[in-house]
Amino acid sequence: MRVGIPKEILPGERRVAATAETVKRLRKQGFDVLIETGAGAQADCPDALYVEAGAEIAPGPEVIWTETDIVLKVREPGMHPGTGQHEADMLREGGTLISFIWPAQNEALVQRLAARRATVIAMDAVPRISRAQKLDARSSMANISGYRAVVEAAQHFGRFFNGQITAAGKVPPAKVLVIGGGVAGLAAIGAARGLGAVVRAFDTRPAVQEQVESMGAEYLTVEFEEDGSGQGGYAKVMSEEFMEAERRLFEEQAKEIDIIITTALIPGKPAPFLLTEKVLENMKEGSVLVDLAAEQGGNCPLVEADKVVVKHGVTLIGYTDLPSRMPNVSSRLYGNNLCHLLDDMGKAEGYKVDEEDDVVRGALVLREGELKWPPPPPKVEAQNKAPEPKSAPAPTPAPAPKAKKSGGHGHDVGGEPASPFTLILAGLALLAVGWGGSNDFLSHFTVFVLACFVGWQVIWNVSAALHTPLMSVTNAISGIIIVGGMLQVGGDIASPAAILGAVAIFFATINIAGGFLVTQRMLKMFRK
Amino acid sequence: MLPAGLLSTAYIAASVLFILSLGGLSRQETARRGNLYGIIGMVIAVLATAGYATGAFEGVAGIELSGAGMGVLAGAVLPGALIGAMLAARVAMTSMPELVAVLHSFVGLAAVLVGISSYMDPGLPVPAGEETIHEIEIFIDIFIGAITFTGSIIAFLKLRGSMSGKPLLLPGRHLLNLAMVVGCIYLGWAYTGQANHGGLTELLIMTGIAGVIGMHMVMAIGGADMPVVVSMLNSYSGWAAAAAGFMLKNDALIVTGALVGSSGAILSYIMCKAMNRSFFSVILGGFGSDGGAPAPSGGAAQPQGEVQEFSVDDTVEMLREAKSVVIVPGYGMAVAQAQHSLAQVIKELQKKKIEVRFAIHPVAGRLPGHMNVLLAEANVSYDIVLEMDEINEDFPETDAVLVIGANDIVNPSALDDPSSPIAGMPVLEVWNAKTVVVMKRGMSSGYAGIQNPLFFKENTRMLFGDAKTNVDNILGALR
Repeated sequence: MRVGIPKEILPGERRVAATAETVKRLRKQGFDVLIETGAGAQADCPDALYVEAGAEIAPGPEVIWTETDIVLKVREPGMHPGTGQHEADMLREGGTLISFIWPAQNEALVQRLAARRATVIAMDAVPRISRAQKLDARSSMANISGYRAVVEAAQHFGRFFNGQITAAGKVPPAKVLVIGGGVAGLAAIGAARGLGAVVRAFDTRPAVQEQVESMGAEYLTVEFEEDGSGQGGYAKVMSEEFMEAERRLFEEQAKEIDIIITTALIPGKPAPFLLTEKVLENMKEGSVLVDLAAEQGGNCPLVEADKVVVKHGVTLIGYTDLPSRMPNVSSRLYGNNLCHLLDDMGKAEGYKVDEEDDVVRGALVLREGELKWPPPPPKVEAQNKAPEPKSAPAPTPAPAPKAKKSGGHGHDVGGEPASPFTLILAGLALLAVGWGGSNDFLSHFTVFVLACFVGWQVIWNVSAALHTPLMSVTNAISGIIIVGGMLQVGGDIASPAAILGAVAIFFATINIAGGFLVTQRMLKMFRK
Repeated sequence: MLPAGLLSTAYIAASVLFILSLGGLSRQETARRGNLYGIIGMVIAVLATAGYATGAFEGVAGIELSGAGMGVLAGAVLPGALIGAMLAARVAMTSMPELVAVLHSFVGLAAVLVGISSYMDPGLPVPAGEETIHEIEIFIDIFIGAITFTGSIIAFLKLRGSMSGKPLLLPGRHLLNLAMVVGCIYLGWAYTGQANHGGLTELLIMTGIAGVIGMHMVMAIGGADMPVVVSMLNSYSGWAAAAAGFMLKNDALIVTGALVGSSGAILSYIMCKAMNRSFFSVILGGFGSDGGAPAPSGGAAQPQGEVQEFSVDDTVEMLREAKSVVIVPGYGMAVAQAQHSLAQVIKELQKKKIEVRFAIHPVAGRLPGHMNVLLAEANVSYDIVLEMDEINEDFPETDAVLVIGANDIVNPSALDDPSSPIAGMPVLEVWNAKTVVVMKRGMSSGYAGIQNPLFFKENTRMLFGDAKTNVDNILGALR
C-alpha cells in the first residue's frame, strides 16, 4: 500500500497531512509514503527530514494523486493553481482520499469525487464516541484554535494577563470571558489561566460547568431554565428567549471584561448571534474580542472574517486559520489522527474500509463512488470529550463477578455450567450416598445440598468492600454450633459429655456476641 | 406446652433470616439490616433449642435439661457473651484479621468438643442401624473442627506477628500431609463399630493428628496469602458446623454451616483469582513453588537502577498541582495506622477541588475487604473507594498516585515478566499515571519476596519513612 501526501494548495494554509514523525509511524504500519516536494516546508518539515524518516519525495502533485492508493490531505480538494485542474479530477479513478471534506457544505465536491468512483473518508465526520477520540481531528484542531486565540488576543492586548505588583505600581490581572465550553473553549481557558488571567466562562450545557471549573474558570449562568445539551456532545439551538437572556448577560459582563473569546458553534448551522454592538460599547478601550466562529458568520456580527478590525475601541479578531498559524503542532496532531485512523482500518496489511466499524462508517462519505453520507446514527452514546479527567464514576456499583471455576470445594454452580467431569463425579457421589444412606440421613443431605446452592448464589452478590463484615457475620452465625452444645448438656450435668457441651457453648457464645457486635461496629462506619 | 411444629418452623425462620442476612450484606445500604436479621435468626434458633431441651414442645422428647443444667447453660452463655462483647468493642480495626482468625478457631474448637461429647453420649438415641453413619459424622465433624481450630490459631499468631509470616516449608511436606490424612482415615476406620464407646482413644489420637495437619498447613502459607487462608478457614468453620448438624440431626445447623461454608469458599476463590493462584497451590503452601524449594528469586532479571527520592514538600507540591489523585493503600497503611491522617489529607485535597479516589486491590491487607473497613473507620466516603477493575483504566488520566504501604499489588513484573513468581496476577497499573509516589519504610521487598521494578521507573518517586509520620507531615504542609 502506498499513501501520498500532496502539498496544500489553499493560500495561507501552512499545515501538511504528515510530519517526519508520523511518516515513521506510517512506515511502521507498513505503508510506503510518497510526499510532494516542499509539502511540509512551512510546518518545519523540510524534504530531507521526510527522506530520513523513510519517505520518497515526488517532484510534483500529479504523481501523488495518480500513483498512490490513499491520498492524505488536510483541506478539502480544490482547484490546483499549478496544474489548472481540480484536485478531485486529479485523483486516480477508484482512488481513496482522506481529508477534511465538510460534505454538508460541499455537495458539488462530493459529486465530483463520486464521478471518479473515489472512496472518501472525511476527518470532520469522525463520530464523537470515546473510541474515536484519538482520531478526532476536529477536536485536535479546536484545541489548537483555543490556545492560539489567547495568543492572538495577547498580541493585541496592551496589558499583562497576570496581575503584578511592582515597584512602579500595581497592575490588575486581565479578565477573560470564554463563551462556549467545548474543546476550543476549554483550551482557551487553560491558556488564559496559564498566562495568569482571571477567567470566566459560559456554556448552555450544564454538564460543562464541572469541566470549566476544573480548568480554573468561574462558570457564569443565565437565570433561565433550559438545557442546551444536543446530540454528540454539541450544544443545540436555544430558544430566542434564552438567547436574549444570554446577550443581556454578556452586555452586563462586558463592563468588566477585557478580553472575550467566543467559540460557540453548532455543527452545520450558522454561528449563533451572541454579542451585540452594545457589548462592544460597554467594553473598555483597548479590549480584545476573538471570534472563533468568524467563518460561519461569527458570534458577533461586527467581526470580519480573516481580518483584524477596531470598532468602538475594541480590537476584533476574526482569523479563520488559527490551527494553520501553528503549522508544526497542528500538522503533527492531525498526522497522528490520520495514523490512528489507518491503524484502526487495519494498517497496510489488513487495510479495509469496514462499514461495521462505527468510526469508519461515520466518517465514510463515498465508497467507490457510492454516496454513504450521512451515516446512520452511531450505536454508541456520544460522550463529552473535553481534554479532561473523567468525572468520578457512579457510586460503587455492586460487582457481579461470575463463577468460572469452583473454589476448590466442588460446588460448581455459580455462573457457567459445570464441566461434564465434575458432573459425573457429583453424580457418582450422589449414587454412593443414596446407596449407603438411610432416609433420615438423605433428608438432611437434601437440606445440606440446597443450602450450599443458596449460599453460593447469595454470596456472589456481596460487594467486595463488605468482605470483612461478611466474614465477621458468617463467623457469628457459625456460632450456631451453640445449638449442638445445648443439645449435649442434658442428663447428668457432671458427665464429661455435658461438661464438654458446656465448654462448647461458652466458646460459641463468644463467637456469636463478638461476631455480631463487631459487624455492627464496622457497618456503622460505612457511610457515603 | 407448645405445638411440636413450632420447633421446625422456628429453625426454618432462623435459616431464612440467616440467608437474608448474607443477602443484605451485598450493599452498604442494606448491610446493617442484614446484620440485624442475623441477630434475630440467632436468637430464634437459641430460644427454640432451649425450649426443645427443656421439653417445652408437646410430644417432643426433650433431653431432660434439669434446673442445674439450666444453671450450667447460663453459666456458659453469660461470660461468653460478655467476653465476645468486650472483644468486639475493643478490637482496633487494623486488628480485624486477628479477631476473625481467633473467632474461627472458637468455632473449630466448639465443633471438636461437641463431636467428642456426642460420641460419649449421643444425647438423642441413635436409631438402630444408623450407628455407623453417626460415627462417620462425628469423625468428619471432629476432623474438620480440629483443622479449623489449630489452623486458625496459627493464622492468628502469624497475623499478630507473634510468629514469622514466612512460610515454613518442611521437606516432603506433601507426603507428610498425605501420611497424616491416611493415618486419620485408618484411625477412623478402627474406631467405628466398637461397642460401648470403646473407640474414644482412637478418636482422640485422630483429633490430635488433625490438629497437626491444620497447624502444618497454615504454617506453610506465606503472609501475602493470608487473605486466602482466613477465608479458607472461614469456609472450614462452616463445614464443621454443617457436619455437627448431621451428627445431631439438626437442620438449622446444617443450613447455617452450608451457608458459611460456601461463603468462605467463594471468598477464597475470589482471593485466589486476585492473585492468579490456584486454590490448591495456596493451601498446599509455599509461594509459587510446588517443589518444596523456597521461593525462587524471581528469574534472572532483577530490576536494578537508581531510585529517585522525594521529600514531603515535593509530594505536597505534586498533590497541589494534580487534578486527579489516586491513593493505593496496602497493609503498610494498616500497620502504621495512617488511615485517619490520610482521611484528613483527602478532605484538604477535596477542598482544593482535586479529585481524590482510592484504588483497592482485592488482596490488599490481610483480610478480604480489610482496606475498605479501615477507610470506612476513617470516615472516607465509600463512593470514592473503587475496586481494581473499576479504576485500572483511569490511571493514564491520573496526575498523581500515592502508594502507601503496598508493594506486590502494584508490581509491574506481574504483567511483563513471565518468570516472576507473581506473573499473571492482576495488579493496579499505577505506572500509567503521570507521577507515582511510593511511601515505604525502606527498599525491602514485599511478602512475595521479589523486587519491584516500579520503584525504578522514571515517573516513580520514593518517599521513605514511616507512613503515618509522612502522611501527618503532608497534612501539615497542605494546611
